[in-house]
Amino acid sequence: MHSFSEAFAEAASLLLSFDPALLEIVSLSLRVSLLAVLIAALIGLPLGALLAIGRFPGRNLLTIVVNTAMGLPPVVVGLVAYLLLSRAGALGPLELLYTPTAMVIAQTVLVMPIIAGLSRQSFVELHSEYREQLQLFGLSTRAQLKVLIWDARYALVTALLAGFGRATAEVGAVLMVGGNINHYTRVMTTTIAMETSKGNLAVALGLGMVLLLIAFAVNALVHSVRVRAERAAYV
Amino acid sequence: MYCEFLRRVLPIALASCVSAAAQAGTVLLQSTTSTQNSGLYDALLPQYTAATGDRVRVVAVGTGQAIRNARNCDADVLLVHAKAAEEAFVESGFGRSRSDVMYNDFVLIGPVANPAGIGSDMSVSEGLRALYDARAPFASRGDDSGTHKKEIALWLGASLAPEQHSGDWYLETGTGMGATLNIAVESNAYTLTDRATWIQFGNKQDHEIVLEGDESLFNQYGVIDVDPTHCPNVDHASATRFIKWLTGEPGQAAIAAYRVDNQQLFFPNAAP
Repeated sequence: MHSFSEAFAEAASLLLSFDPALLEIVSLSLRVSLLAVLIAALIGLPLGALLAIGRFPGRNLLTIVVNTAMGLPPVVVGLVAYLLLSRAGALGPLELLYTPTAMVIAQTVLVMPIIAGLSRQSFVELHSEYREQLQLFGLSTRAQLKVLIWDARYALVTALLAGFGRATAEVGAVLMVGGNINHYTRVMTTTIAMETSKGNLAVALGLGMVLLLIAFAVNALVHSVRVRAERAAYV
Repeated sequence: MYCEFLRRVLPIALASCVSAAAQAGTVLLQSTTSTQNSGLYDALLPQYTAATGDRVRVVAVGTGQAIRNARNCDADVLLVHAKAAEEAFVESGFGRSRSDVMYNDFVLIGPVANPAGIGSDMSVSEGLRALYDARAPFASRGDDSGTHKKEIALWLGASLAPEQHSGDWYLETGTGMGATLNIAVESNAYTLTDRATWIQFGNKQDHEIVLEGDESLFNQYGVIDVDPTHCPNVDHASATRFIKWLTGEPGQAAIAAYRVDNQQLFFPNAAP
């Protein structure tokens, strides 16, 4: 396949030229996905902790719902978000369709269950380890939550990275509610889909490599911070 | 604690995203993939913005979906290529008025080996009949787009019903023009496409135009302003301004001037 060598050349020239159009697309991708992960974490982490240590009716059902939602099809989320945000929809007056905000909302819905589900698992394991001590200290549920979130922080980073990966990789939802509008809602994945449809396969694949490279850089950054922090904790 | 954080941070974070959305003079244009993928808007819209200060945001989908989105009021202007559906859109009160903008034509593309033996001197009906009799693979959009509507009309005109062979040699892809072309190229199939998309398409491999020039392959593009009585939230002033420019002298000249590989892709024909 000659496309692959072409794609490597394309990726290299895209990166080396600091193409302003590419920078714009990459920057919007990162802003939308990071904001979505942030909001999803603010909801998902407490929800995961609550599902792990809370005792309330419907907890098992809610856990199953969250775990199911970890596999939400992006295109379905996009469709539901479109129907709600459309000017003819329930949230139409907000005028959010075809804006970056709509993309953040759709990605938050996709990512939140992943963060909640994965963090719940970490909390469950940690809690079974800590339960007796926590009870000994007579801590309130809220105080227990704080201790658990802090001590599980490295495992939780993995949950956040999984969410971030999902957000940057999906195309169905952002295409539907963002519309792939040039200079406004065009992100990495929608550009890749568009270039593929134009038959520019090398460009599309080159962009895909750039996307992977960015994901790698984010993961490397997080990993190095974690390693340094862990080392500091043991000194 | 989280609630307070959300209250403080979210408006700031979201505002940075939203700020560009609510400015005046922004036209939301629902349009077809053929006009976007051909690069026409990249050539046209900067000229319009320079002339008026208004910005145009293009959402490019199939004609059927573009019309549905516009019915939901998610557009200020609709620019598609399916005259009957466009007139129905206006008659139902969703659009105020429709004007011709430009035209080009559809072409039948297929493998160079041409297993169905379609001759360049054939009419469309004869070509489709040859294809049908040879059971040569044909990729249909199958997505209610302008090109799909045209294809259905052409089969009907040839008194043929290929749908009964769907999944056999008649392949309904249900996707956009580009994806359908990729499928046609990979599966040695024929397909119908507009000329602009084909000229600009980068993955032709061993496919070429096998039939063109028949009168019934005419491809008219029309523009419609979404009716503000039906959709009070549309920016009708900006929409009118854009349509006036597009169908007026500067817009028409810009359309005529747009070329790819020295070929003119769209021919302006708005009523003066």
